[in-house]
Amino acid sequence: MEKKTLFDKIWDAHVVKSVPEGPDVFFIDKHFIHEVTSPVAFLNLEKRGIGVRYPHRTVATPDHNVPTVDQDQTIKDKLSRMQVEKLRENCAKYGIELHDLGSAHHGIVHVIGPELGVTQPGMTIVCGDSHTSTHGAFGAIAFGIGTSEVEMVLATQCIMQSKPKKMRISVEGKLGEGVTSKDIILYIISKISAAGATGYFVEYAGSAIQSLSMEARMTICNMSIEMGARGGLIAPDETTFAYLKGKTYAPSGEQWTTAVAHWRTLKTDEGATFDEELQFDARDIEPMITYGTNPGMGIKVNASIPTAEGMEGSNKSSYLKSLEYMGFSPGEAILGKAVDYVFVGSCTNGRIEDIRSVAQMVKGKKKASNITAWIVPGSREVEKQAHEEGLVAILEEAGFELRQPGCSACLAMNDDKIPAGKYAVSTSNRNFEGRQGPGARTMLASPLTVAAVAITGRITDPREIFGN
Amino acid sequence: MAYDKFTLLRSTAVPLPTENVDTDQIIPARFLKATEREGFGDNLFRDWRYDVEGKPKKDFVLNDSTYSGKILVAGKNFGCGSSREHAVWAIYDYGFRCVVSSFFADIFKNNCLNIGVLPVTVSASFADRILSEVAKHPDTELEIDLAQQRITLLSTGEGETFDINAYKKGNMQHGFDDIDYLLNMASAIDTFAASR
Ligand code: SF4
Repeated sequence: MEKKTLFDKIWDAHVVKSVPEGPDVFFIDKHFIHEVTSPVAFLNLEKRGIGVRYPHRTVATPDHNVPTVDQDQTIKDKLSRMQVEKLRENCAKYGIELHDLGSAHHGIVHVIGPELGVTQPGMTIVCGDSHTSTHGAFGAIAFGIGTSEVEMVLATQCIMQSKPKKMRISVEGKLGEGVTSKDIILYIISKISAAGATGYFVEYAGSAIQSLSMEARMTICNMSIEMGARGGLIAPDETTFAYLKGKTYAPSGEQWTTAVAHWRTLKTDEGATFDEELQFDARDIEPMITYGTNPGMGIKVNASIPTAEGMEGSNKSSYLKSLEYMGFSPGEAILGKAVDYVFVGSCTNGRIEDIRSVAQMVKGKKKASNITAWIVPGSREVEKQAHEEGLVAILEEAGFELRQPGCSACLAMNDDKIPAGKYAVSTSNRNFEGRQGPGARTMLASPLTVAAVAITGRITDPREIFGN
Repeated sequence: MAYDKFTLLRSTAVPLPTENVDTDQIIPARFLKATEREGFGDNLFRDWRYDVEGKPKKDFVLNDSTYSGKILVAGKNFGCGSSREHAVWAIYDYGFRCVVSSFFADIFKNNCLNIGVLPVTVSASFADRILSEVAKHPDTELEIDLAQQRITLLSTGEGETFDINAYKKGNMQHGFDDIDYLLNMASAIDTFAASR
């Protein structure tokens, strides 16, 4: 029998038709939409005079643009309000399930999908957002699409896609203390660069990956796009099934048993081939931080910023431009640099486990006086749980400001902006120029590192704070 | 939406050799609040193009009247980052019809093809040739012949062929989009959906 990878199994099961010398007509099981990339798609449907073909396969929530304070009131920013209102209108008109502001399951689209159990193994999932790759943690093919494709999915539940190449990245061994899944993925991207997996779909494997919780797996798959990959996935296992059991949309009763039996077959066959295979040793990975303006520019938190030696042409000038933006010099140490803001949130690290780990680190301590510390839960559910577990009290006691769920300072479309020239250490996924506000200087790190920075006010190795 | 047909384009070019240009630079998030597709060209490369007071930055290429044309020649890994199609709308709205680079990010490339902006991938050495030739002689014209899948530097005659899959090529040539294709096979999709 033909040996297949996990990716092949799911992909092949969703091809409605292969266009000769062209892409596949690819069926989408679940479609998430939000307020920013959907309005033009709906507008075009209207212009064509067609509707939404399978409304029950789409789930909506406003997240990118929403304020993170006073969510029970009318949105002040006119343009944001219009986008959210458009989303409401479109959902009502076509019968699409909407998790609106203030409702029990409102939140960042990639946080609520798994939380509701909408995301399940073996599915194909898309959203007009590149971090849709998050859902791959459940053994699903999930990736971001453009607005034209959002329109296609609404109209036909299909898109036209060429099958990407396949890469397997294995991480074997046991992670050291203070090293998290965020460090794993920042480490991998720093090794293969921000374009290193372009054209590929990645399967993450190996004992270090298997040992991770679902939240931690989502962090890894989330950042697949930051190395150019279309998406990343992890074979479902007992951890996956345990997470999904009892979730609102997860199968139950007999259907659960049947589903799990099927999900168990979703793994790469022994001997199946990949176009590219990479291996990493978990023991080489330490807490990471980025120093530049793309997620591939990461180093161990206790290392020095690379020099430009050996670079030339536009490579060198792009590198120096990036350091200049950050206000750093080649070759200097990053440890000890003063920081102004910390941000805990986003679809990368805005889940309950992340908030727990920050709370655990800062318990009984105070944030440094030079730091403004924001915690933005990924969803209402996360927020509720953080209250129930007493985490909010711990964080507020330490001087953190808790905001309401949304994308917030991850992309700074609302008022949560880092001022120009200020340094932010952030649990989000992108350190692009201006990503967290015009002129903002972003360094990406794990929630543990961010917590350590909040306490000391400087770039700090989280292992130094442990136990103190 | 159906878009302009693309057959043969002959134009001067605008050089932007910076590597890893992400879609947050092409169109910053704060300009994504529109609910219609038009008008994004004004904010193309907003923070590179204008200072905080909104004055044009002299050293940015779009503010340099020496360079103009319908072709943007970009550095490696162009269009990485967010899936926002707004980035391509901005490029199109500004007046570009073709982007040339030695390496494109995946989603960006797809988005280009979906709205009728032709992404042309050339070898790294030819990208460098074009960039240096255009820098030296801003009136240098490039010719993009989609039928022949060929890009030529008209001043010197140097050229290369480029890849594009036959289906997408046909779409570009006729101004068709994928939805037309998908809508035509609605019943096959329904049958497939019913089996799931
Ligand atoms: S949290 Fe950030 S990365 Fe995630 S969906 Fe929102 S804007 Fe995108």
